[in-house]
Amino acid sequence: MMAHPLDATDRAIINELQGGFPISEQPFADAAKLLGITEHDLIERVGALVDAGVLSRFGPMYNAERLGGAVTLCAMEIPAEELDGIAERVNSYREVAHNYARDHRFNMWFVLATESPDEIADAIQNIEADTGYRVYDFPKSREFYIGLKVPA
Amino acid sequence: MTTHPAIDNLDRRIIAVTQSGLPLVSDPYGAVAAEIGVDAADVRERMQKMLDAGLIRRIGVVPNHYALGMKANGMSVWDVDDQLVDALGKQVGALDFVSHCYCRPRHRPHWPYNLFAMVHGNTRDEVFEKAGAIERLLGPAARSHDVLFSTRILKKTGLRIAASKED
Repeated sequence: MMAHPLDATDRAIINELQGGFPISEQPFADAAKLLGITEHDLIERVGALVDAGVLSRFGPMYNAERLGGAVTLCAMEIPAEELDGIAERVNSYREVAHNYARDHRFNMWFVLATESPDEIADAIQNIEADTGYRVYDFPKSREFYIGLKVPA
Repeated sequence: MTTHPAIDNLDRRIIAVTQSGLPLVSDPYGAVAAEIGVDAADVRERMQKMLDAGLIRRIGVVPNHYALGMKANGMSVWDVDDQLVDALGKQVGALDFVSHCYCRPRHRPHWPYNLFAMVHGNTRDEVFEKAGAIERLLGPAARSHDVLFSTRILKKTGLRIAASKED
């Protein structure tokens, strides 16, 4: 990924446009007006920031659970020398949305996302049977905040 | 039980073509409408309804922490008194450097922690400093804590929702 130097306008776009993009006939023109730039400039800059990887995407963020789907966080304790092999098996499940190695005895942490809550239990059982290791399930009982505040 | 909100096939088609992003054109909702063969006004109306109902959390830019220089990503985890975790979780979630904050079950004996707060920073030291601020906020209500740094991304994909229920 190329380093992408951000100027003040890029930073304003990143800071001000993490939500509230209008639903209108010319939303970029409407949003650009608030930022004090032209519609063309806003479209170009958002495209450049996405291309440079500064933005992972631009658009609506859907709430999977409200759409009837289910999400949970899972952890596994895998011997270091087996981590890559087990990660490959775990990642082969399409329900595994992302997966991080972390520095703890629970060294693999992944998010399971399914179309329905029942499928979470099935996926966990399948992964345990497939890998021979226990999956610790950490379903959230309460959500306090989903960030909207990455300062650029 | 989860309640299934009333989304129909048109909503699902809109979700399928917008979940990875909106087209970067003057009238993006019109472009989405053209792609699925409906009126632009219908797309705007459906998306506004989904936004109002919380099916869409928000519409805008989704920054990549790592590309913005925040190369350290620490999952701070806390063993907080069950009676206090709701009130304190709200306060932790309100801190401007916490991107996600959840109450989750413990798995004793190896996992005594019930409050998870994701902290991003430019360096590990910065993440530790921020975790220190959480520690001061929680005070004696937190019996122990840890910060788990990610050492590698093993997989990363976005949300995927099928275009129709039959998929």
